Amino acid sequence: MRHTTLAAAVLAAGLSTAPAAFAGKDLDAIKARGTLVCGVNTGLAGFSAADSQGKWSGLDVDYCRALAAAILGDGNKVRYSPLTAQQRFTALQSGEVDVLSRNTTWTLTRDASLGMHFVGVTFYDGQGFMVPKSLNVKSAKQLKGATICVQSGTTTELNLTDYSRANNLQLKPVVFEKLEAATGAYFSGRCQAYTTDASGLASTRSKEAQKPDDHVILPELISKEPLGPAVRRGDDDFFAISKWVLNVLLEAEEYGITQANVDQMRKDSKNPGVMRLLGSGTEDTGKLLGLDKDWGYRIIKTTGNYGEIFERHVGEKTAIGLPRGTNNLWTKDGLMYAPPVR
Amino acid sequence: MRPFVEPGLSASAPKKKPIEWSWRSRVVRGWVYQAVALLLIGGAVWFLAHNTQENMRVRGIQSGFDFLGQAAGFDIGETMIAFDPSQSYGRALWIGVLNTLRVAVVGIILTTILGVLMGIGRFSHNALVRGLCYGYVELFRNVPILLQLLMWYLFFVEVLPAPQAAWNLGDMFYLSKGGFSMPSPVWAPGYAWMTLGALLGLVGGVAYRRWAQREFERTGQDRNRWLVPLLAIVGLALAGWAAGGAPREWSRPEQLAFMVEGGISATPEFMAVLIGLVMYTGAFIAEVVRGGIQSVSHGQTEAASALGLSRRQTMRMVILPQALRVIIPPLTNQYLNLTKNSSLAVAIGYPDVVSIANTTLNQTGRAVECIAIIMLVYLSTSLSTSALMNWYNKRVAIKER
Repeated sequence: MRHTTLAAAVLAAGLSTAPAAFAGKDLDAIKARGTLVCGVNTGLAGFSAADSQGKWSGLDVDYCRALAAAILGDGNKVRYSPLTAQQRFTALQSGEVDVLSRNTTWTLTRDASLGMHFVGVTFYDGQGFMVPKSLNVKSAKQLKGATICVQSGTTTELNLTDYSRANNLQLKPVVFEKLEAATGAYFSGRCQAYTTDASGLASTRSKEAQKPDDHVILPELISKEPLGPAVRRGDDDFFAISKWVLNVLLEAEEYGITQANVDQMRKDSKNPGVMRLLGSGTEDTGKLLGLDKDWGYRIIKTTGNYGEIFERHVGEKTAIGLPRGTNNLWTKDGLMYAPPVR
Repeated sequence: MRPFVEPGLSASAPKKKPIEWSWRSRVVRGWVYQAVALLLIGGAVWFLAHNTQENMRVRGIQSGFDFLGQAAGFDIGETMIAFDPSQSYGRALWIGVLNTLRVAVVGIILTTILGVLMGIGRFSHNALVRGLCYGYVELFRNVPILLQLLMWYLFFVEVLPAPQAAWNLGDMFYLSKGGFSMPSPVWAPGYAWMTLGALLGLVGGVAYRRWAQREFERTGQDRNRWLVPLLAIVGLALAGWAAGGAPREWSRPEQLAFMVEGGISATPEFMAVLIGLVMYTGAFIAEVVRGGIQSVSHGQTEAASALGLSRRQTMRMVILPQALRVIIPPLTNQYLNLTKNSSLAVAIGYPDVVSIANTTLNQTGRAVECIAIIMLVYLSTSLSTSALMNWYNKRVAIKER
């Protein structure tokens, strides 16, 4: 399964003749194909998960839909490729997927040495611990000597080690390849704690725990985990579009443009910012990116603004139940800030 | 009469003919074919390597083995030698190799014992034993190994109690979801003397057995060949231990808040991998052994009983030595399978070389290099195993004179 894909990717890298790097090849390929291939998580409730009909939904999935709406004119023209943590970079590098939208942490090493560019941040996260309530642990610092279940191939493993050393906790990691194996071992009691990004903890708790209330997420966040989509290097045009799709989602929220009112705003609004975003004035922002004038309108029509996406998939009204917190707009004491779309 | 040998095919051709440099010469044609084959293979390898490198360069993927010296930064749950996260990726991978070897070596020993017993059990006169052995073989060799590993792992983590409430026998042996722990002696220099004594005893024991064999062949008088070597080993080991100051300190497992610490311990991951591989491979070995025994003609058994050998003696002295010749080659295959199947351990969180290489791959992004390392590790362990087994096979093979 995983080994085969990986081996195939390595082999594919070997067999395909060296391509010349010129801007636009990925974009051209997507347009010619008529679908965007999007690498997503194999199953992380709220971020990317397939329902019983095989329909994908989640915050990461909606980014792909927005991107497809901008480039191909239809948010449904996306093929989702579920990837494990190990597969994801090879899949992007070898061209198996066009964009990797799979709760991936933006770090220097990944940005600089894996042949990819991070587009931006779709979710500000941090690594935390989940423990059974019966353990009566109130702080991660009380976990001295505990065994911790963790999924391999993530920055999580490194953060755990750093935290353990910094606080002399002698935590023992048990490393699993698959998310389900790691959470399964935690729920069966093999480990005293399970660690991953706080969003992932909330997602796992709501979906997999028999009684979600029996598990608590400890207050300490031990790392910065800015999660965001990434694209392959070598096509600057596609990279630019990917960045500005995210910025449109954020700026639309700032202007109060929602999925529900986007048609009316496009017709009535005289706000120059809104007109630029929705292509209702004379300015054509799409042309500069190699898209048409309506690209921004289509994005919001397809997914709604960033705030809507957040509330729909992971917000407090969902089973995941995450507060907006750092993921709020900069105008509301959060970190979400988009450069101006102009 | 000497068989006809085509010129150029055999080194023992009576006279060396001068080579005829022509397409009609078989020798020259052979060389040309080999050169062409070599060029094709070399070309293909070069093409693949060059293309991979070129593609990686174009895509801005860094490559090379320099990462092996960088600090790993991640911790490993179970190590045979000390490991600190600030040590290098190379060291981390080495720990993975050791963990793989630990499962492979212990597994091969246990599975051989189990397989041989089960294989012989198929010939038992007791219907219950026969049936049990048959049932074992059919059950374990027909269920995929990955499922078996998951099953054993589930057994350990679902059935056993939490580490906070470990099953405990006399404050010495602990069994829980955290693993199995038991007391172990604390290392002291005295144990080096003990090991030396045991080694001396071993050498002496082997010498005694050789002498006893010669005496048996000369005079026909048989001696017990186990008692003296055993006494020598135990006696000299004890003497060495006493000479080394008789160290007596033991490390005993202790119940802490979240775990049992001290003594020696085995994690549920290790036990699940080990038991899974041993049970699975043992079923195949049982079949190999059964086939080997059946290949020895029944006349041998009859001849042995005519000589007055008991059933047990017949098996040990007549059947098994002859069956070994048939058993060894397929047995080697099973050893190799066990070693390679240990890579499935990654599914249940045992830090073998594949698991560590996976983590390394993800932290460094060096996919080609890490896969190459995994391949190299399995290739070299497999080649060493088969070299060892081939040597043993030569020893037990029929000596044709």
